[in-house]
Amino acid sequence: MNVVVCGKVIPASSVTIEIDSNTKRMVRKGVPHELDPAAASAVEEALRLTEKHGGTVILVTMGISDATIGIRNALAMGATSAVHILDEAVAGSDTLGTAKILAAAIKKQPFDLVICATESSDSYSGIVPGQIAYFLGVPPVTFAKEISVAGSTIIIKRQSESGYDLIECALPALVAVSSGINEPRYPQLKGIMAAKKKEIKVYTAADLGLAPDQVGENGAREKVLTVGRPAKRQAGKVVTDEGDGGKQIADFLAEIKVI
Amino acid sequence: MDFNMTPEQQQIRAEIKRVCKEFPDAYWREIDSKKEYPDAFVRKLSELGWLAALIPEEFGGTGLGITEASIILEEINHSGGVATACHAQMYTMGTLLRHGNEEQKKRYLPKIAAGELRLQAFGVTEPDSGSETTKLQTTAVRRGDKYLINGQKIFISRVLQSDLMLLLARTTPYEEVKDKTRGLSVFIVDLKENQGKLEVKPLDLMINHHTNQLFFDNVEVPIENLVGEEGLGFRYIIDGWNAERILVAAEAVGDGRWFIERAAKYASERIVFGRAIGSNQGIQFPIAQAYAQIEAADLVRYQAATKFDRQEKCGAEANMAKLLASEAAWAAANACLTTHGGYGFATEYDVERKFRETRLLTIAPVSNNLVLAYLGQHVLGMPKSY
Ligand SMILES: Cc1cc2nc3c(=O)[nH]c(=O)nc-3n(C[C@H](O)[C@H](O)[C@H](O)COP(=O)(O)OP(=O)(O)OC[C@H]3O[C@@H](n4cnc5c(N)ncnc54)[C@H](O)[C@@H]3O)c2cc1C
Ligand SMILES: Cc1cc2nc3c(=O)[nH]c(=O)nc-3n(C[C@H](O)[C@H](O)[C@H](O)COP(=O)(O)OP(=O)(O)OC[C@H]3O[C@@H](n4cnc5c(N)ncnc54)[C@H](O)[C@@H]3O)c2cc1C
Repeated sequence: MNVVVCGKVIPASSVTIEIDSNTKRMVRKGVPHELDPAAASAVEEALRLTEKHGGTVILVTMGISDATIGIRNALAMGATSAVHILDEAVAGSDTLGTAKILAAAIKKQPFDLVICATESSDSYSGIVPGQIAYFLGVPPVTFAKEISVAGSTIIIKRQSESGYDLIECALPALVAVSSGINEPRYPQLKGIMAAKKKEIKVYTAADLGLAPDQVGENGAREKVLTVGRPAKRQAGKVVTDEGDGGKQIADFLAEIKVI
Repeated sequence: MDFNMTPEQQQIRAEIKRVCKEFPDAYWREIDSKKEYPDAFVRKLSELGWLAALIPEEFGGTGLGITEASIILEEINHSGGVATACHAQMYTMGTLLRHGNEEQKKRYLPKIAAGELRLQAFGVTEPDSGSETTKLQTTAVRRGDKYLINGQKIFISRVLQSDLMLLLARTTPYEEVKDKTRGLSVFIVDLKENQGKLEVKPLDLMINHHTNQLFFDNVEVPIENLVGEEGLGFRYIIDGWNAERILVAAEAVGDGRWFIERAAKYASERIVFGRAIGSNQGIQFPIAQAYAQIEAADLVRYQAATKFDRQEKCGAEANMAKLLASEAAWAAANACLTTHGGYGFATEYDVERKFRETRLLTIAPVSNNLVLAYLGQHVLGMPKSY
């Protein structure tokens, strides 16, 4: 079974995210990067499946050149090879543009299953996986907390509010995994060294047959108008309990129409 | 001259940092207070293959250079841990690799690489021959297809955490050798097979370091466990010294970085007399000074490591790196303790622990006086004190 994992490489968790006031985009250049921990879980899941059922794991990422470090990390964990969409023209893509590009790259790889993380850890819109599935024409199964494979079907436990739904789905398909699905492995030193010899294919939008006006800022249908800090929260109301604390709280909740 | 790390080296550093995060200050503090061996930490490093970095690929390791190995150990100490607990598993096998025969290498190295066999004890030092190794008195006498070992050793670390020990013992009496460096031989001692004949007495030290006094009473070593040629053992261990010195220098650099970071942070946060203590030159300058010393020592360490990996002569650089880095770490330790005032003595700040630990690096595995003697006598050609 061949698996493609879509994973983002994002500013490391130690970095304080800055927004460029002109482009309204996150400042990504020149800050340390790492494989999105959510993507690491997706890679881990793919590795566990292929260790059991055979096949390849290809990581697909769209990102700046600093993303190499995260790609190597996925390769060191055990991914077979990687695809890096690296092109100034794709900067500023919205979620739809991102999905279009990723889908075009995935189509060039052998795949039975695409695994995404439910949402990225830096922008976390959570929209991209569904859009990729649309462009690939495969069913999307989301919030997976467990995946198993039986022949040409996969069985997924889908997280729900009260428990989980059991979903069976024919391959090829796309699964978006929940963050707690597994504990991603640390790369072994041998894995790190072996990663040096693994292939990283680099594509531009043109390589994927996408015109400049279909991708990047030009292709985006969504525009970020302003970016601001959330308003400072008002000081809360302190209830001093002098025997009537419960009533005070109930009155307050009634006043704001919660009860 | 290239001062940049390769992508692999950067990745190694980042990964080790990540693994070490699982073993925070509290872990090391508890291990220290109970004088335990950091077993969970060492097991984790073994499982991930980090301690097999120097073992060639054909024997199951990764065949990396001393530069990469030194980065691993540096980051352990930089994270607040103690690399001495496991560094010997990384490099003791070097003697076997360089001077052992094919059969010995095939028998032991793959298991050492897999972490199934621990070879992290090296018995050299004796009560009556400390720095003067060539005077050692433990004897190995051949009896048929065995050597019988008798004598005693001191400060032999991690014997109780090892399956195998390398041993330097006398095979020709001191009086009978013309060249004082001859007459000593290296053996692989199977510690499990010699229970009862080898008495191991742990020594209580000011640091949590698992070191022992050893008493050999007819310990048996089969002749096939002689490493290399009989009588050339001293030369073999000297061959390992440069690697050890570079690795220890890197550990000291790691310690130094830990002290500097903790000191700079505390100095910026602690307010006394209405201002951060770090704004006073009496606090700020020693930290800045030690920082400069660490950075300078680090350059010599990379110079030594680079030459070592290119198989160039690096005795002077390796010795200087160990000297400068251990002194710089000690300067940083003092600055850090001063900065923390009374809190520096409180175990929960970890400064006193690291302070004790880093002091060792100026004395062992070789005392800095002997490093200076090497530089003075072998590099600068001045008269000998020994
Ligand atoms: C500050 C800021 C400014 C922005 N500016 C603009 C703008 O100017 N114009 C605009 O249209 N949009 C803009 N965006 C939106 C941004 O481009 C999207 O967030 C981005 O396309 C990906 O969405 P996501 O990370 O939220 O994906 P999610 O839907 O949260 O990602 C889910 C999963 O999809 C996959 N995935 C997503 N992205 C990638 C990728 N690059 N490579 C590989 N796999 C991936 C991964 O599996 C990921 O876990 C901005 C967002 C922010 C936070
Ligand atoms: C925690 C710890 C772990 C150790 N682990 C091991 C181990 O695993 N295996 C092992 O074999 N050994 C080990 N050692 C021993 C260590 O290598 C020795 O302690 C060290 O080499 C110094 O020898 P010594 O203690 O006998 O000092 P001595 O030789 O007695 O020297 C005492 C002092 O005199 C100085 N001195 C001696 N001669 C001269 C001279 N000519 N010029 C100037 N100064 C001189 C020395 O530098 C030193 O400062 C360990 C030691 C410690 C403390």
